[in-house]
Amino acid sequence: MGVVIVGAGQAGFQVAWSLRTEGFSESITLIGDEPYLPYQRPPLSKGFLLGKQELESATLRPEKFYQDQRIDLILGERVASIDRASRRVVLASGAGIPYDSLVLATGARVRKLPDPSALYLRDLDDAARLKDRLDRASRVLVIGGGFIGLEVASAARATGKDVTVVELQPRLMARCVAPVISDFFRDLHRRHGVEILFGAGAPPPPADLVVTGIGVTPNLELAQEAGLPVSDGIGIDDHLRTADPRIYAIGDCAVHGQRGRLESVQNAVDQARCAAANIAGKNQPYTAVPWFWTDQFDAKLQMAGLSGAADQTVIRGTAPRFSVFYFRSGRLIAVDSLNRPADHMAARKLLAAGSTLTPEQAADESFALKV
Amino acid sequence: MPLFGKKETANITYISHAGVKSPIAVPVGDSVMEGAIKNGVDGIVAECGGNTQCGTCHVYVEEAWLGKLPAMQDDENAMLDTTLCPRRPNSRLSCQIPVTKELNGLVVHTPEAQV
Repeated sequence: MGVVIVGAGQAGFQVAWSLRTEGFSESITLIGDEPYLPYQRPPLSKGFLLGKQELESATLRPEKFYQDQRIDLILGERVASIDRASRRVVLASGAGIPYDSLVLATGARVRKLPDPSALYLRDLDDAARLKDRLDRASRVLVIGGGFIGLEVASAARATGKDVTVVELQPRLMARCVAPVISDFFRDLHRRHGVEILFGAGAPPPPADLVVTGIGVTPNLELAQEAGLPVSDGIGIDDHLRTADPRIYAIGDCAVHGQRGRLESVQNAVDQARCAAANIAGKNQPYTAVPWFWTDQFDAKLQMAGLSGAADQTVIRGTAPRFSVFYFRSGRLIAVDSLNRPADHMAARKLLAAGSTLTPEQAADESFALKV
Repeated sequence: MPLFGKKETANITYISHAGVKSPIAVPVGDSVMEGAIKNGVDGIVAECGGNTQCGTCHVYVEEAWLGKLPAMQDDENAMLDTTLCPRRPNSRLSCQIPVTKELNGLVVHTPEAQV
């Protein structure tokens, strides 16, 4: 019997691997609907678009790894349904695969606009198509000033295109960062010659390539049809279990009552590790500090913690190298670091340890950031 | 252009904490991290895939080769302070070492654990 993993992205891959490093010896079946070996997504919007990296280098492990680790890969196949009563998943081809534990790592898909000519960037095929079109385009319109849109804009501009970004909100990456960081990136893009338009007012200039990055929506249908509770994601508890204790959900598709739903490599990898530990019998709650990063032009933004609930921010350093420390009721909850990797690493440790750092200390560069 | 589809390679030797030697012909242009991952060498994890974000491709470089490596950037320097096994003067992140012809013969030691 063993473990069946639905979804062969970063989370699905990691749970299979972590199960083996936990010493799990029963069968592991990893099912993905794309025809490719599991790969990582970050390079798709970064090194690959810039022409610095081949698509094949995004592949996480060669085929031999899966043979050596006895991980059965089923690629290019969709899972049609979950039969919880008989504990098996049913593939679109009709085959049934039994499980003792099931991990849903179904990920998310892009939100789309009605415009059929718009391109998106989520998977390997999207990236290959976008790169091909980008190579031939001269004027690029990016709809959406979030991470993906801005990384695409940055790569397109760096390769010599005329680029315009349209963002409905009054500032960039508004969902995730403080205004001071939004403003920094607005100025950075403009300084590199990217035109940025806010709001719905001004009509965007004509373009021969439109790329849309307006967010994703989690893939919940499989869980929903199996009768598992879903909201903005597949509902999970502290141990990443769904309402069915044999079924876990991890990564972009999973939502926790307090922690919410996150779309990041860190969340995929750490939840995968935690789920693997729990399947192996360790009974571990998920407590990892969230972190993210984005590369745009020569700027690297690294985020630790979740800043949404902050009621106070202080800044350490000065542009173009500074960090924003976010506090709630005097307690540190997040740090965004711009070209200050040491602050970011310190922040990850401070947040994990439950820091008592005060806003005054955070702003004082002579005060060492140590746990 | 490489002839007959064969890429130029450099020989890199990975030595595990237990002393197991894995000599690998790594294509020029790949990183020392990729050379390990693509060939199933244990001891390098590379959770973030080579983005200087996780510190799990930590290696100890044989001293004689240190001077031939590209200079360390700020982000690698910061990440090396957080590795599971202690940082030493010859610590590097293997994802930040692109393989060149000049690195033919490079020897790196992988730490006891990465995560």
